Amino acid sequence: MREAVTEPDLDSMRGAQRGGVQRAERSELREHAQRAAAFVADEARTRWHDQALWFVRTKRDRAADAVPDWEALRSEAAAIKREALTQLPELWERFEVQAQKRGAVVHWARDATEHNAIVHELLRRHGARRVVKSKSMLTEECGLNEHLEARGIAVIDTDLGERIVQLRHEPPSHIVMPAIHLKKEEIGELFAREMGSAPGLSDPTALTRVARRDLRARFLAAQAGITGANFAVAESGGFVVVTNEGNADLGTTLPRLHIASIGLEKIVPRVTDLPVFLRLLARSATGQALSVYTSHYHGPMAADREQHIVVVDNGRSRLLAHPSFWEALACIRCGACLNTCPVYRRSGGHSYGVTVAGPIGSVLAPARDPKKHASLPYACSLCGSCSDVCPVKVPLHHQLLTWRGELAARGASGSLRAVFARIARRVMERPALFAFAGGAARVVGRALPAPWLARLTVPWTRGRELPELPRESFHTLYAKRRRASE
Amino acid sequence: MRNIALFVPCYVDQLRPSVGLAALQLLEARGFSVAVPREQTCCGQPFLSAGATRDAARLAANFVRVFARYDAVVAPSGSCAAMLRKHLVQLVPGNEARGASERVYELCEFLATQGGADGTAAPLPSGEPPQRVALHASCHALRELRLGSPSETREPPRIDPARLLLERVPGLELVPLARPDECCGFGGVFAVAEEAVSCRMALDRLADHLAARAEFVTSTDVSCLIHLEGVARRRKLPLRVLHVAEILAANRCARP
Repeated sequence: MREAVTEPDLDSMRGAQRGGVQRAERSELREHAQRAAAFVADEARTRWHDQALWFVRTKRDRAADAVPDWEALRSEAAAIKREALTQLPELWERFEVQAQKRGAVVHWARDATEHNAIVHELLRRHGARRVVKSKSMLTEECGLNEHLEARGIAVIDTDLGERIVQLRHEPPSHIVMPAIHLKKEEIGELFAREMGSAPGLSDPTALTRVARRDLRARFLAAQAGITGANFAVAESGGFVVVTNEGNADLGTTLPRLHIASIGLEKIVPRVTDLPVFLRLLARSATGQALSVYTSHYHGPMAADREQHIVVVDNGRSRLLAHPSFWEALACIRCGACLNTCPVYRRSGGHSYGVTVAGPIGSVLAPARDPKKHASLPYACSLCGSCSDVCPVKVPLHHQLLTWRGELAARGASGSLRAVFARIARRVMERPALFAFAGGAARVVGRALPAPWLARLTVPWTRGRELPELPRESFHTLYAKRRRASE
Repeated sequence: MRNIALFVPCYVDQLRPSVGLAALQLLEARGFSVAVPREQTCCGQPFLSAGATRDAARLAANFVRVFARYDAVVAPSGSCAAMLRKHLVQLVPGNEARGASERVYELCEFLATQGGADGTAAPLPSGEPPQRVALHASCHALRELRLGSPSETREPPRIDPARLLLERVPGLELVPLARPDECCGFGGVFAVAEEAVSCRMALDRLADHLAARAEFVTSTDVSCLIHLEGVARRRKLPLRVLHVAEILAANRCARP
C-alpha cells in the first residue's frame, strides 16, 4: 500500500508497456475502480463514510463564511505559494543560514532512502531506541517507520488517528483524519485488544482517555521526537507544526533530540505569510477557526538539546519542472479536496493505494510511478469541486485531465483505450458515417431482446438501464421538418 | 447578432433528439434564424477526458471548421459548451479557434442573457409545466462556465440562468436540494471506468431529489440525465427526467 520509494525511469515506460502483459496492464488500469467497488459494496458503510466527510465539508463552508473575504485570502495564499515555488533554492539557503544561527542543524535528502538514512544515523548517534512521532505524511511517504523498526527502533505514532492505524498495521486513509474509515466501535475493539480497555467501550471521550494514558507512558520513555512541519519560514529559519492534540509539543519538549522532516515545498518567504495560511488551513481542514496547537520552533529549546531539520526532495523538484503539475506543490495538505470529493467519499482512502489519497494524491502519485498509479486520474468525475474548495487554488481537476493525456501519450494507460478512441474518432470525423453507425446501432438495439442488449452494454447496465432508443436521430427529424416547411 | 448556429451534441442527436428540437424551438421563438450545420458531430470532449488528446484535437478542429463563421454557437449542454470554451484553444491553435471558442454559449446562458434577435426578450411558448421540479446543476455549467455560484466558493453570487428561466415558468415549483451541486456521477468515461462509484453517486443524488419530493429532475446536460434516469429506472424510483429545454419548450409529449 505504500508508495514506491524508488523513482522509475519515465521513458523506459514506453518500451516496457508495448511488450507488457495485457492482463497486468488492464488490472493496473482498473486498480482504483476494483478497490472502490469493494468499498461501495458495503452500502451502509459507504453512506456513513460519505456523510461523515460531507459533515466536515459543511463545517468548512460555515468556517469560510465567517471570514470577511475568503476569496481574497485564497488568492493571497495562492500567490505566496507560487512566489515561493519559483524561488525554492534562494529561500532554502536563507532558511539554512537562519536556522543555523538559531542552533539547528539542516540536512538535505534527495529521496526517501537518504531521508531514512539521515534520521536513522541521528537516532543511532544518540542511542535512541524509543521514538515518538507526530503526524507527518512525508515520513509515511518515505516509509520511515518500517525503516527504523527493521533496525530495532520502536516508533510510536502519537496522533490519535495515526496511532489507531499504526496498531491496525494499515496506512492512513486520510491526510488529516487518518482513521476516518473506522467506526468508534471498531476502535473500541482495537483498544480492548491492544491497550486492555474494557470490551465494548465505544464512547469517544472514554476511548481518547484510554489512548492518552497509554501514550503518556510512551512520551515519558521516548529518547527522541520526530515531527513534520506545516510551514518553514525562510526569513526566520523557524518552522510551524499544527496539531489538535498537542502531541507534537509533548513529543518535542520531553526528549533531548528533535528531528523535523520537511518537504521541499513547505517553505514560505516571510513570517507575515503565516497568518494567511493559518487562517485558511484549519478552516479548510476541519472547519475550525484555528487548530488547537500552533507551535513555532526556532532551534533547540535548551543548551543540552539538539534540533535537526531534514529537508526532503523525493521527486518534488521533478514535479516543479513540469509545466502544469508544479502548482500541485502549493498544496498545504488541508484535506479539503478529499472531504469534498464525491468519489473519495464513496470509495475510501485505501482505494487509492497511496499515502495521500483523493484528488491531490491522484495528481501526485502518477508523478512517482505513472504505470502503477495510472488508474488514479480516472478516479474522478471531473466535477471540479476540489479546485473550488482548495485554499491555494490548485487546479486539481484540470491537472487530473492533463494526467490522462500524459499517461496515454507515454503509453502508461493501456493501448486498448487508445485504439478504441482512434476508431471512434474516425467515425466521428465523418458525419455521414456517424449517422449511419448511430442509426444501425439504434436499429439493432431496438430489435434485440432487452437482456441481450443489457449484456452487450456492460458495464453501463450493471447498475443502470440504457436510455430508450429513439427511432430517428435529431438530424433526421430536422431534415424532415425542413422538407415539410418548404 | 443574427447569424447563429445550433450545436447538437452527438448523444443528443442519437439518444435524445427531442432536446435538440426543443432548443431549436426556443431559439426560433425568440426570433432567431438558426443554422444547424449537417457537418457537425462531436466536440471531442469524450476523447479529451479519455486521454486521447490528439483525437480530441482533430474533432475540435472540425468544430472550428464548421462553426467559426457564426456570430454565436448555442449548445443545449453545459458540458460540451465547457469543453468548447475552456479547452478548445489548447487543442486547436490560432485566432479562428479562439474566436469560435469565445462565441459558444450554453443554451440557458444564451436565452437568459442574449434576449431576442431584435434585442427584447420574447415570451416563452406556454405549455403545461411539470409540478415539482429539482434542478440538478451540471458540474461543467457551474464550475467551468461559472453559470451560478458553486457552493465551495464565496465569490459574489451569480444566478444560474437555467434557474432564472425555470422560475419564470408559471405553475412550476422549483424544489431545493440538500446538496445543491453534488455531482451525479456520470463524468463521461468515469461512468464506465468507475461504474460502481458512478452508480452509487447517482443513487445518492436521486435520494436527495426524492427527499425534496421532486417529481422531475431537470438539468442543462442530457448526459447527467441519461445516467440518472438509467439508475432511477433500474431501481424503480418515482422520478422522471427532463432537459431544461424540454420543459421550457413544453414539448415533452412530442418526444419521439
